[in-house]
Amino acid sequence: MTIFHFFINRKNERYCLVLLRRNNLFLLLASLIIVILASGCGGTKQAEKGTKDQLIRYNVCTEPETLDPAKATGVPDGTIMLQLFDGLTRYDEKQEIKPAIAESWQVSADGLTYTFKLRDAKWSNGEPIKAQDFVFSWLRALAPETASEYAYQLFYVKGAEDYNSGSGKKEDVAIKALDDKTLQVTLEKPAPQFLGLTAFYTLYPVYEKNVLAGDNWFTDPAKYISNGPFKMVSWDHNQKIVLEKNLSYWDAANVKLNKLEIYLIDAVDTGFNMFNTGQLDFQDEVPVQEIAAMKDKKELQIAPDASIYFYRFNVTRRPFDDVRVRKALAMAIDRKQLVDNVLMAGEKPALAFVPFGFKDADGKDFRQNTGNLFDENLAEAKKLLAEAGYPEGQGFPRATILFNTNENHKKIAEAIQQMWKKNLGIEVSMQNTEWQVYLDREKSSDYEIARAGWSPDYLDPMSFIDMFVTKGGNNKTGWGNDEYDRLVAEANSTSDQKARMEAMHQAEKILMDEMPVMPVYFYTNASLIKESVKNVIIPPFGFYADFKYAYVE
Amino acid sequence: MRYFFRRSLTIALALWLVVTMTFTIMHLIPGGPFASEKKLPDVILRNLEQRYHLNDPLYRQYGDYLINLMRGDLGPSFKYENRTVNSIIAESFPVSAALGSLAIVLSLSAGIFAGTIAALRQNRWQDYSIMALATLGFSVPSFVLAGLLMYIFAYKLQVLPSALWGTWQQAVLPTLALAALPTAYIARLMRSSMLEVLQQDYIRTARAKGLSEMYIVLRHALPNAILPVVTYTGPLIAAILTGSFVVEFIFAVPGLGRWFVLSITNRDYTVILGVTVFYSAFLMLLNFIVDLLYMALDPRIKSLDLKEV
Repeated sequence: MTIFHFFINRKNERYCLVLLRRNNLFLLLASLIIVILASGCGGTKQAEKGTKDQLIRYNVCTEPETLDPAKATGVPDGTIMLQLFDGLTRYDEKQEIKPAIAESWQVSADGLTYTFKLRDAKWSNGEPIKAQDFVFSWLRALAPETASEYAYQLFYVKGAEDYNSGSGKKEDVAIKALDDKTLQVTLEKPAPQFLGLTAFYTLYPVYEKNVLAGDNWFTDPAKYISNGPFKMVSWDHNQKIVLEKNLSYWDAANVKLNKLEIYLIDAVDTGFNMFNTGQLDFQDEVPVQEIAAMKDKKELQIAPDASIYFYRFNVTRRPFDDVRVRKALAMAIDRKQLVDNVLMAGEKPALAFVPFGFKDADGKDFRQNTGNLFDENLAEAKKLLAEAGYPEGQGFPRATILFNTNENHKKIAEAIQQMWKKNLGIEVSMQNTEWQVYLDREKSSDYEIARAGWSPDYLDPMSFIDMFVTKGGNNKTGWGNDEYDRLVAEANSTSDQKARMEAMHQAEKILMDEMPVMPVYFYTNASLIKESVKNVIIPPFGFYADFKYAYVE
Repeated sequence: MRYFFRRSLTIALALWLVVTMTFTIMHLIPGGPFASEKKLPDVILRNLEQRYHLNDPLYRQYGDYLINLMRGDLGPSFKYENRTVNSIIAESFPVSAALGSLAIVLSLSAGIFAGTIAALRQNRWQDYSIMALATLGFSVPSFVLAGLLMYIFAYKLQVLPSALWGTWQQAVLPTLALAALPTAYIARLMRSSMLEVLQQDYIRTARAKGLSEMYIVLRHALPNAILPVVTYTGPLIAAILTGSFVVEFIFAVPGLGRWFVLSITNRDYTVILGVTVFYSAFLMLLNFIVDLLYMALDPRIKSLDLKEV
């Protein structure tokens, strides 16, 4: 018996017959659709309200890989945890380090010993946070069996690297709880960036009992004990994470938001659609094709981002072994035009390597203090290219720009390709590969010119400068310079900020004189934020947003 | 019984081949689960590799994997900390299956219905409009259709939610987007096979007997005309279940499709293997069931099959 025998009983036959005769089927179908649509109304309208209840619906645009502070590495993961946790310190809206779980701290004269005094803060279950919690959490992040990718954020601490590599003992790591409220850390060598790191998620405290009890504490909202402005209510994978105000938070009086819904929708266009129909209040990515149209709307907010977009030259290959060629190429593109007409999200042309947003020794901006370190200069570029043996680009070997498959990278590469052709008479081709293939080729120096980006690990120019030490893991250009290496070592051996910064300024100058990398632009953070949403902090690196002080009007 | 045993053996063998080939190809492509733009200190990389046994020789990893697989353990995800491949599949497959079943039911019913109408009203406006729609549904890629549906119903009219999963309203648009292509295909298949059947002698006989047109179509023509569609159902299920990635992505449906693509970009080895093995096993099982059903329905197939095997 088939399904169709069942279908044709007598009653049905006549019924169908009537419908067929009258050609009414389409009408029936249409009315069916209308009924479905009409009853569908309830779902979306409901989402409209809620703004009055101090609720923000935010799309972080991806499922976090993990919400275990010790193991996380991604910006989305960090952003979610920033709402859930407080470190010893926390950055404020001016990007200044402010006391959080630590009430105060002292740094010894040699810059090596940090003594943190903890305030009376509580976990989200009401239990007090002790100095021992930090000792436990940091040692956990460092333990070789934890296999934390970001364990190296703690390598400034004496004995930390040895413990992580298995050659040293846990007891020898210089993290000590002097009493319940005093934490003392001794560093290997002076590192002023260490204080800022205590606001970073790898150094967040975790709740010992649940960690020791089993492995699923950070995937299970019921067991997820945190110590920040919010606590976790639920986590639907690839859908949303719901947070609510943590009443046990030490600074709960300043948290105005009752509820924060973090959506995990990776389709940026879908999120944009939801934003426009009132189902989202905030999305930290704007579809590339919509930026131009959104330009004058108040909902598009552009914040500085302490990151750089640049091209690497493989200096082990001809003709990029010649500094004149590298400089000529760097001088012959019009960054302003690129930023204004291709990218359109308020990016800044980069004529140096360290982005804006880092404090110099005098408290001013590191970048503004020295300004541009080279100029776009067509005549000079042509001259340099001729001196290198390629007058008007003649005889210039065929080179390829390598980039990972992405619409923006492609547009930029096309623009630069055009500019080089027009300005210098040089032909380059383009090649895009899948992300991991691109990483592999860059690592093994299997390229001529490669697109790259860099964002800092901590708020200090060193995060950019130490990339290019000879044979450094992040150098990847084959370039090396003894004087440069010396300056980096010098900066890393002193706690005297003035001497450090001076050494880094000099090092950056060498980098730009030798030009193994060609800066293109400094990134910006474009986000979509409803006008009713106030006081969200958009940090220039590491996190997308901080909702601690946010509220809805 | 003998047939049952033989088939199970073939499936096991095929699965082993799938595992082996996936494993080999996966390790041949450049990159790895811990590759990143920022160079990791060697110590850290060593700890990571040790934790996930990536520093074992490949044959050991392969052997361990097979042993665990036989125990039904697909291993931990390398990228999504503390989620196992088993839990990922257990969470996302039911969603894909629900969406897929809706799409299959819709495309079968709408396709058969529309195809039959088109055949009965051949070369009239009903036929032309159905076939025009079918051509459209056949040639418009699902991501365009998904975008269009979302634009019209979620953005312009605002009658349906744009994304996410959980309520029936949220299921409407992805189901439509997913069902469009198979519906179009089934409608065309149905139309041509119905046209052919309607010209058969026994239909003329039925008409000569004075039976009503409706009765002839449903009772005599449909069961025969439907056969090509039934044959197509196997590949249809496969296509819908594996091809749902784009639709799931656009409508933010937390299904299994995304893991297929995501795991490869991430080089999340265990997830790549796990999802591939799961899909293969699922499809082979479905085919097996379909074959068993055929045998139950039609004794001729049974004898044929046995001879060939």
